[in-house]
Amino acid sequence: MTDKSKICLLIILIVSFAVFLLGHGLTADNYQYFLSKRTPKILAMILASIAIALSSFAFQTITHNRILTPSIMGFDALYLLIQVSIVFITGSLSVVALNPYINFSISAFIMVSFSTLLFHFYFGSGRRNIIVLLLVGVVLSQLLFNIANMLVMMLDPNEYAVVQANMFASFGTVSKQLVYLCIPIILLAAIALFKHANVLDVLWLENDNATSLGVDVPIVTKRALLLSALLIAVSTALVGPVLFLGLLVTNLTREWFTTYQHKTLFIGCSLISMLALLSGQVIVEHVFALQTTLSVVINFIGGLYFLRMLLKNQIV
Amino acid sequence: MKWLFFSLCLLSLGSLFVGVSQLSVISLIELDSDAWDLLITSRLPRLLAILLAGAGLSIAGLVMQQISQNKFAAPSTSGTIECAMLGYMLSLLLFGNGDALWLIFLTAIIGTLVFVKLIQSIQFKNAIFVPLIGIIFGNIIQSLVTFIAYKFDALQNLSNWSLANFSNILQGDFELLYIAIPCAIITYLYANQISAVGIGKSFATNLGLKYGQIVTIGVILVSMMAATVVMIVGELPFLGLIVPNIIAYYQGDNLKKNLPNTALLGACVVLVCDLISRIIIFPYELPVSMFISIIGGLVFIVLLLKREANDR
Amino acid sequence: MIKVENINKQYAGKLVASNINVAFEKGKVTSIIGPNGAGKSTLLSIMSRLLDKDSGSVYVDGTELEKWATKTLAKRLAVLKQTNNLNMRFTVKELISFGRFPHSQGKLTDTDRQVIQHAIEYLDLQVIQDKYLDNLSGGQKQLAFIAMVMAQDTDYVLLDEPLNNLDIKHSLQIMKNIRRLAHDMNKAVVIVIHDINFASCYSDNIIAMKNGEVAIAGSVQEVIRAPVLESIYDTPFKVVTLDNQNVCVYY
Repeated sequence: MTDKSKICLLIILIVSFAVFLLGHGLTADNYQYFLSKRTPKILAMILASIAIALSSFAFQTITHNRILTPSIMGFDALYLLIQVSIVFITGSLSVVALNPYINFSISAFIMVSFSTLLFHFYFGSGRRNIIVLLLVGVVLSQLLFNIANMLVMMLDPNEYAVVQANMFASFGTVSKQLVYLCIPIILLAAIALFKHANVLDVLWLENDNATSLGVDVPIVTKRALLLSALLIAVSTALVGPVLFLGLLVTNLTREWFTTYQHKTLFIGCSLISMLALLSGQVIVEHVFALQTTLSVVINFIGGLYFLRMLLKNQIV
Repeated sequence: MKWLFFSLCLLSLGSLFVGVSQLSVISLIELDSDAWDLLITSRLPRLLAILLAGAGLSIAGLVMQQISQNKFAAPSTSGTIECAMLGYMLSLLLFGNGDALWLIFLTAIIGTLVFVKLIQSIQFKNAIFVPLIGIIFGNIIQSLVTFIAYKFDALQNLSNWSLANFSNILQGDFELLYIAIPCAIITYLYANQISAVGIGKSFATNLGLKYGQIVTIGVILVSMMAATVVMIVGELPFLGLIVPNIIAYYQGDNLKKNLPNTALLGACVVLVCDLISRIIIFPYELPVSMFISIIGGLVFIVLLLKREANDR
Repeated sequence: MIKVENINKQYAGKLVASNINVAFEKGKVTSIIGPNGAGKSTLLSIMSRLLDKDSGSVYVDGTELEKWATKTLAKRLAVLKQTNNLNMRFTVKELISFGRFPHSQGKLTDTDRQVIQHAIEYLDLQVIQDKYLDNLSGGQKQLAFIAMVMAQDTDYVLLDEPLNNLDIKHSLQIMKNIRRLAHDMNKAVVIVIHDINFASCYSDNIIAMKNGEVAIAGSVQEVIRAPVLESIYDTPFKVVTLDNQNVCVYY
């Protein structure tokens, strides 16, 4: 199968899952209600898949490995902490907390600046052992998450409810406003990343070779990082943290697609990621009859996959 | 050692007199029955629970580090805690309640044994692998637990565990924690054997020890202590990891010598964190696990980076 | 011409390059030799902007290195370091195509394809051009990387230990091609190399380094002499002449 036909196959599958999720149980009487409920939800899942796929893939390319993703390195925990801090400082009824546009702009801005700090902490002082990085990332994620949790507990119960909804991955309740806000952001970030696709291809050859071929590695790395941070902010805002999804889909993409070109890989990875979320949602809704959540399923499968990768030593 | 003991006594005394209801030394001396009641049903149990949990979990970490021959192994980085939760969920599933202690212990022991066997069967280039695999292993078990909890509406219990809290411990709730005492004594008696196992399989076998047997005893001790703490108090993340490391940093790796100090320091750390959590938004309380996880996480990261700096 | 003037570089308090002045001409193969830790690779990395220097300057075609846009410089100067771990699978041809990146930014033109084809034929890689790199031997891989550098078609080619881990047959093949690159195509080729006899037989000029300094720089005849080499390597040397080449015996 060529990469093109793989992409077509993925699109067909995604469309059928999406149609099924949108359309099951619709009748002439209830379709308006159901569609108005379901459309933003599915849109949110699709947008989040793209954001997670693109950010994870770009992050792995600039860090030259296939096991670190922004989520695992604590980027989405960071986003949550920022969210909680905003409510903590300004109160849950403030404009900053309630208006999704202002809230998102501020959080995304802080997120992008702090992620640069985080990146320097990880990759700044020479080349660290990747396993150490990974473990530090996992622990730091937990740490940031716990700090966020503590701030949540220190809020009074009314404010607590506002924030708590954001702390866990949930595909159930999505704000329509947020979905429509995220569409242009993801579009712009995706265009910017695609523009860098050729340059990112050269980064496969490691930094020295890329420099020799005329790529300004620090600048490209910085841009790709900023875009990843922005995309992570988007996906976390939309669906909450999903720890292992990025890792799962980037590696499935690498296994399934034969090309090295980011143009194709970005598309393939986004599609695989959509397929994972949508099919997972179908399973959760119709096999488990909503008795579990999608994030539980993803973390279970993703965790097993991660463990397998570690044990098979596929970490370079 | 003396210094640690002294601060522990001081902190304990302080802990007894911090709380929403006033408790003063004078009223105790005047034999005020309400005051004594408060002391015996609430404050004293809380103090004992803290001391036992802190000491027990730290000892568990120390033992775990010996038998897995890894500085970064502890109940929270080897899946033990999550397996204990799984045991509780299984008990709910099979018996309709979470009272089947034997099942909880059994699951924790089996899970930890699986983990120890797993890391023994693979040659690791890097010791950091072990906690990493342990944490991921724990994550997977945890998602299983959440899966079951979701089905049985037991998510409430789950969040109670993840937020360890001493505030609702009263007389009659915590007595199971006394299990830490016999466990500590057994550890002390077996200290030399466990140390030998910590040096390596061939070394231990050379000394005529039954390697597998000692490892199993160690795992049983660790699992029982950790499972009890998580059932009664909740998770105290990284405590079992950092306390033994701090003691070893100052005193080297003699298990028998480090055992009492580890217990003392562990109790001290939990006590301090508990005091902070009671004071910070007085009269409300924050779960103590937050402070422990934040402090523990920071210390863990520092230990990791330091170790790496030494390697280079 | 690449001119290096008064270069200094410290690394963790240790001088790895101290007051280096050398020049490299087009049409010549220059080998940099010296014991481990002499600063050979450091010099190569500084010359090719992979490593920042503490002081001094490097001129490429009369313009200071910092003044070159890295994109433009990539059309003049190519460098290949010794460890090339790839975390992606490429075929030989795909790898070589990357050499054209400075010229076409990833969209290959017909000229690019011709240059790539030429590099493949020049290094005799037709048979393996569609094989994946991870299925090749170390020597074949190294040749593929050299072909990439060739496809980059620069006046200056800097290679860091191109013979590392290669057997004699592949080493010979690579050294012959290096010489052809310099003499037939009028490029300046600079190699860091450990094997003194390869350096002696295949280069025009040799720079010998010790403790971060240039001990001697000159033609092969000037450098490959027993007293010179003995002082650099602290080992007894015997230099004999065989078929008009200086050959070292050092065991």
